[in-house]
Amino acid sequence: MPRLSADRRHPVTLNLNGRTVRGEAEPRMSLTDFLRHEIGATGTHVGCEHGVCGACTVLIDGQTARACLALAVQVDGSDVKTVEGLEEEPGRLGVIQEAFREHHGLQCGFCTPGFLMTLDALFRERPDADEDLIRETLSGHLCRCTGYAPIVRAALAARDWLRDGETDHA
Amino acid sequence: MSVAAPSDGKWVGQSLPRVEDAALLTGRGRYIDDLPVAPGTLHAAILRSPHGHATIEAIDVARALALPGVAAVITGDDVKRYGSSMVVGVKAPLDCWPIAIDKVRYFGEPVAVVVAESRYIAEDALDRIDVRYVPLPAVIDPVAALEEDAPVLHERLGRNLVSERAFRYGDPEAAFAAAPHRIAIDVRYPRNACTPIETYGVIAEYDPGLDGYDVTANFQGPFSIHAVMARALKVPGNRLRLRTPPDSGGSFGVKQGIFPYVVLVAIAARVAGRPVKWIEDRLEHLMGSVTATNRAVTLAAAVEADGRITALDWDQVEDTGAHLRAPEPATLYRMHGNMTGAYAIRNVAIRNRVVLTNKMPTGLNRGFGGPQVYFALERLVHRIATTLKLDPLDVIRRNLIPAEAFPYRTATGALYDSGNYQEAIAAAVQDGGLADLIARRDAARAEGRIYGIGYTAAVEPSVSNMGYITAVLTPEERTKAGPKNGAQASATISLDAVGSVSVHVSSTPQGQGHRTVLAQVVADAFGLTPADVRVVTEVDTSRDAWSIASGNYSSRFAPAVAGAARIAAERLRAKLAAIAAKQLDADLEDIRFDKGRVHAGDPERSLAFGRIASTSHWAPGELPQGIEHAIRETAFWTPPELTAPDAQDNVNSSLCHGFIFDFCGVEIDRETAAVRIDKYVTMHDCGRILHPGMVAGQVTGGFAHAVGAALLEETAYAPDGSLESGTLADYLIPTVMETPEPLILHYESPSPFTPLGAKGVGEGNCMSTPACIANAVADALGIEDVTLPIRSSVLAEHLHGPEPEPLRPPRVAPPAPATKAGERVLTGEGEAVVVAPRQQVWNMLLDPDVLMSIIPGAHGVEKVSETKFTADVTLGVGPVKSRYSADIELSDLDEPNGVTLTGGTQGALGFGKGSGRITLTETEKGGTRIGYTYQAAIGGKVASIGGRLLDGAARVVIGQFFEALARKAGGGSGRLHVPGFVKRLLAMIGIAR
Repeated sequence: MPRLSADRRHPVTLNLNGRTVRGEAEPRMSLTDFLRHEIGATGTHVGCEHGVCGACTVLIDGQTARACLALAVQVDGSDVKTVEGLEEEPGRLGVIQEAFREHHGLQCGFCTPGFLMTLDALFRERPDADEDLIRETLSGHLCRCTGYAPIVRAALAARDWLRDGETDHA
Repeated sequence: MSVAAPSDGKWVGQSLPRVEDAALLTGRGRYIDDLPVAPGTLHAAILRSPHGHATIEAIDVARALALPGVAAVITGDDVKRYGSSMVVGVKAPLDCWPIAIDKVRYFGEPVAVVVAESRYIAEDALDRIDVRYVPLPAVIDPVAALEEDAPVLHERLGRNLVSERAFRYGDPEAAFAAAPHRIAIDVRYPRNACTPIETYGVIAEYDPGLDGYDVTANFQGPFSIHAVMARALKVPGNRLRLRTPPDSGGSFGVKQGIFPYVVLVAIAARVAGRPVKWIEDRLEHLMGSVTATNRAVTLAAAVEADGRITALDWDQVEDTGAHLRAPEPATLYRMHGNMTGAYAIRNVAIRNRVVLTNKMPTGLNRGFGGPQVYFALERLVHRIATTLKLDPLDVIRRNLIPAEAFPYRTATGALYDSGNYQEAIAAAVQDGGLADLIARRDAARAEGRIYGIGYTAAVEPSVSNMGYITAVLTPEERTKAGPKNGAQASATISLDAVGSVSVHVSSTPQGQGHRTVLAQVVADAFGLTPADVRVVTEVDTSRDAWSIASGNYSSRFAPAVAGAARIAAERLRAKLAAIAAKQLDADLEDIRFDKGRVHAGDPERSLAFGRIASTSHWAPGELPQGIEHAIRETAFWTPPELTAPDAQDNVNSSLCHGFIFDFCGVEIDRETAAVRIDKYVTMHDCGRILHPGMVAGQVTGGFAHAVGAALLEETAYAPDGSLESGTLADYLIPTVMETPEPLILHYESPSPFTPLGAKGVGEGNCMSTPACIANAVADALGIEDVTLPIRSSVLAEHLHGPEPEPLRPPRVAPPAPATKAGERVLTGEGEAVVVAPRQQVWNMLLDPDVLMSIIPGAHGVEKVSETKFTADVTLGVGPVKSRYSADIELSDLDEPNGVTLTGGTQGALGFGKGSGRITLTETEKGGTRIGYTYQAAIGGKVASIGGRLLDGAARVVIGQFFEALARKAGGGSGRLHVPGFVKRLLAMIGIAR
């Protein structure tokens, strides 16, 4: 890793949702602040800034990570996937998103991007995840609106659609 | 997603996909921190009190102002210059400022605001503000706060009691005298908060030309608070433009409590001369937003032999924290009409006291007053059943309001709109499988397992009467102040030049799907599809139709706001029908709106809706006589039933009254005492259901909050006022693992008082569920008292008896330093053996240079006198690292045998004090054995966020001191009482090396 200077902004380049983005960050800038206020990708939300609520979850090189606990300079050169990268094409929701809509898996929508990213990673790794594994995996996320039941239903539906290779859920 | 046409021709009542969701699921929501700001906008960070109660001797901001990038530092003096105290809802000599003036009264109270080029710089500058506090004794308990010698928070008031009122309905004394039983319960409802995942946010600007403020904040209403804010900013209402963002990340009442920060950030913008943005962080939210009130209640019932309750005697002590912030004490009076719950009890006595304590001020929070009332009332009903050896469900049934009595006037003045509680309970017992649950309990008990069943019946009020809060005043005071009542809801429907339909309401949703439901309501009125209707729900007070009752609270959307939209739509439709009748040359009563067209009974002879709807724009000359336009229609609706409290203190506190009946089975693990909710059934009568999916979401969401309140959540304070629940790892919120799915049942009795027959539904489980779970736990363990949150550590005492004494009792520690009772006290001891002779070690301990090199994190040690030192120390505990200044004094010098060190530290993250005795003895080999015992008391932020880590951290830091001393004194072996796993744990989090 290059030597960083605390009082200087350093160039940071990411592959964000398949596109190269560039910005500058002081070494102490969190990845959430970089994504939201440097790049303008405001879909990733900040709920606690101490790694408990899960709202800021993104994928860094395919692995789920709390963007509030990562520094922008740490992910220089990485692939980062955020909620903005889940649509199948502009205006067409991805499978997990569609399942959330159909099953009322969101209310205020603030925690939702984190849930979506964790499920995206889970179903890639474990397409056969059962309800227990889904619950355990989602236990790293806090939602204050839904009481979780509709989220679990949406996750199960999304798993089935993905497994059965359905592409048209509309 | 395509949507099937409604089968009965109506969209209302269907679970349509929400129009809100596509944007929220793709990261295109527009929450406050996503909105663009003006160039040059500055960022604010807030310095907060590390003390629960202290006077401020001095604030020195010079070093902060000198930091490059800092534009201004605002303190209480600035706020006094540009603002005035926020109005207080009782007649008492009491100020309420958004920032500390001269003293701090709760942990986390704002002390200064830094505005800077970035949030990072602003937070840097907070560490450079030097505040000199003189700590005062704190009072945390509401009952203790009433005592004669309790510390007084507000000197002008001279005591902590801010309001006391007594009420009497019927003849409670006679009923108690006549009843064979008097059964009473003492309960405490704890502090908790619904903690939305999005925190507060404010963007404010001051226009000196206008002498006005322009503020955007994720405020949720009620907009009665707009008047409070404008007054506090010393401008008329029309000089405070308040806007809300399109999306808000949850509120549950809590975002009402943002208003002091609106005032504070607005004044900061005025001082800085530039727009200022402040986004609250989570630690701030947990220490300085709002919580629900905690309440101490004694409730007694006069009871017949068969369990019938003939009178209630309430004694409520309400704790609103350090200030009485608007609209408090509304939490206490919101339920005033409902103090008899679902029961026909005609004799009621109530004594209400409101007290101030050194805790975060309170405000709106889901359930608002209901949880506090039903926890007492429904625990009492359970107590009556066990005392009289009756079935709790029989006691509930025997006391219910008869079905034929509706609309029913309660003893305390509420007018219950509709219901059939007996049928709803019968349906729940049947469809919820109560008989099976009882068999399950019997089977579990036969196997030796611990299983219990609880019940609750509750009436859920909705659509608050804006006048109920005046019940805190005497009838004479009310007469003087003028009547207050009603609950104005407003809706505006506009038709544009192509006849497309827009709806605006001032309902500020935070995820409840208002836009979807309003599109359904208005589409039904015009024969359109919901996709044809565009709905805007954010508020701009300078342009929109709003009233003090606007906003999203008291579950008023479905019963009131959706109804106002329906009224506006019907008025506009009547005009459009007249226009269509003229154009179609048809009779007015034959006009139909259907599938996007308007016709007069014959769909073949019809006109497009857009053609009729745009007539007022393009051809006003063609309008029928008597119709000026059909472009824009605003409806205001307030129910006539919501009258002001009368001279006898009858208070119709709410318009609608839903009914809830819950029962549940819980199992308690015999080993761990963990409570598991095995089955939960919740029956709701919320009147007419407008959107079943959203109603289910409101119930499961409220239920999850209630499970948290019952089992996990507490905003906890140490007796010195330090916060003990300062992170989300300490304030525990249920995850998907702790939240079972309840079985939801419905019984519909439409409200005769609302346009759509709907009642509120969002808050009921917060009222019923904590009591229901507590009743089940009481049934399982056969215990009388259940304290919320129900912790396994407490239940374990019922299962295993008190914690046994340790087998090897610790050695006696030296007398405690003068700490206030209950401060977090750390004690420890240890010893180290070094090769240096005793006199050399003694000299080292008194040498500042040596001390600097061995005190962990010390930057500068100065010798003030022979026995006094000062030091600058940087220490990290848990996630936080901070600088502290320390004073150390040596006493009881017994050269070279022993010395006592007494010290205090103070820093941005907290404070501490302690003492230790060091003894030096010679070893056989000519070395020295250094023994030490210490105790320390720690408070402030570091105790609140790192509390669980402190004991270990202190041991390690002190261990490091002696290890370093040993190294310096020629090596040796430290034998420290730090278990290996603690060391590893601390090493992981960066405390130990």
